[in-house]
Amino acid sequence: MEGAGTVGRRQARGTVGIFLTALCAGAVAAILLLILGYVIREGGGALSFAFLTQLPHPVGVPGGGVANGIVGSAIIVGLAALMAVPIGALTAVYLTFFGCGFFAVTVRFLSDVLSGIPSIAIGLFAYTILVAPLHHFSAFSASFAFAVLMLPVIISTAEAAINGVSREIYEGGLALGLSRYSAIVHVVLPSARSGIITGVVLAVARVTGETAPLLFTAFGSQFWELNPNNPMAELSLQVFTYAISPYRSWHEQAWGGALILIVVVLLLNLGARMALRPARRG
Amino acid sequence: MTEQEERGRRASGMSDKLAARHFSAYFGQLRAIHDVNLTFPANVVTAIIGPSGCGKSTLVRCLNRMHEVVPGARTEGEVLLDGEDIYAPEIDPVQVRRRIGMVFQKPTPFPTMSIEDNVSAGLRLNGAALKRPERDRIVERSLRQAALWEEVKDRLRRPGASLSGGQQQRLCVARALAVEPEVLLMDEPCSALDPISTARIEELLFELKARYTIVLVTHNMQQAARTADLTAFLYGGDLIEFGNTRQIFTTPARRETEDYITGRFG
Repeated sequence: MEGAGTVGRRQARGTVGIFLTALCAGAVAAILLLILGYVIREGGGALSFAFLTQLPHPVGVPGGGVANGIVGSAIIVGLAALMAVPIGALTAVYLTFFGCGFFAVTVRFLSDVLSGIPSIAIGLFAYTILVAPLHHFSAFSASFAFAVLMLPVIISTAEAAINGVSREIYEGGLALGLSRYSAIVHVVLPSARSGIITGVVLAVARVTGETAPLLFTAFGSQFWELNPNNPMAELSLQVFTYAISPYRSWHEQAWGGALILIVVVLLLNLGARMALRPARRG
Repeated sequence: MTEQEERGRRASGMSDKLAARHFSAYFGQLRAIHDVNLTFPANVVTAIIGPSGCGKSTLVRCLNRMHEVVPGARTEGEVLLDGEDIYAPEIDPVQVRRRIGMVFQKPTPFPTMSIEDNVSAGLRLNGAALKRPERDRIVERSLRQAALWEEVKDRLRRPGASLSGGQQQRLCVARALAVEPEVLLMDEPCSALDPISTARIEELLFELKARYTIVLVTHNMQQAARTADLTAFLYGGDLIEFGNTRQIFTTPARRETEDYITGRFG
């Protein structure tokens, strides 16, 4: 039997513990809100219909927008997803259904390592194998770098999603006389769909905020550019260029661009969360 | 043919549908089933009983080549379906599983499919080009056989997962029956169900054995006694005793069987 003093001390320690964890959680939330608030204060003024729909103006000419950067981001990230989603999803299918032994363990390990490689190194890699041999910057080389960045995210979330579909469901399909292909494609993958989509959205959100690999791949552009074989504007790259410029009007536009990026990534994350919810219930 | 098998055969008075011959099963180095000889006569419910880990699930999964789906698993010996070895090299396991259906311990309705799509999944996804009326007929027939039709006929488009546990299990039975197998393997089909749902599945076994050969794995001895014509007792991967259910439960020939059914171990 514990004495009243011991119980009191233990309860006090518990209270202090809870307080400390709550304090840390509060600090994290506060930092995020501060960043968001600061970006809104600095960049909110730049946001306008013109900012979203016009090309950049030359220095000294007031106004102008980041429309080409927004479109460029969509093209570069879209192309990257086109490359990374099929490869990532098929890799996850291999790892969950057929991968046992040394090869699968190695692939999984390399995928984990890949997720930790600094994005600038991946940008350099894309520069070395796509930009340097072709003698020009291109949006495609940026998409390639982004695809490499997306792959580990897609592989690990898709693998988790497929594993989340119980093995019994897969075996239930096989026991009906379905081929492995049929059981995977028609039974398991549809059941894992929301988890896989979530992974793709998170991967898109991850690369949308990336700047480093673009410096020597997409390179940036002041003009409308829709051909992925040419250098192309990209929103986060524009933010970078504007932010390190000496011009006051560009600084404000950099904050505006940053605000758009944050909102887009926030919406993607929210969307991924919404998509994940029904999967948990099932 | 062993004496035990002979006894099982005489007890049933039926022709053999499925038979394991000198059959062993492994997980990597571990031997889970040891040289089992066992005959499953047609239109009979054969129960496989034994304590947890005795290999009864492994054995039943070998009967439609589901065992080999587990990485590292392999088998030795023969399983004869109508006298033909399903482990022969030219035999496609997918074809075997269409003739030998299976119901698992946990109900496994396909989560993204409606009730009717679950039932017709085996046919649709095997590439059968079914016209709507024919599909409806098969869905109704299978659900009636599984004694589920009256409960779900007004909500066939609802998700299969919206049913209760017992209904989900009968949905899985209907799904297995829709492809018209010859043998139905049931791996502890009631262990996740409440007593009322269990009773419904057991009643179902009586109706189904008129058309199918049924192998029932159960850890519940009362269930075996209630539903099975023949009973096999498995222990430590060995077939200890096989014979008429009444005989196994009243006058077992082997000491291990007696100890198990009287609750001395397991």
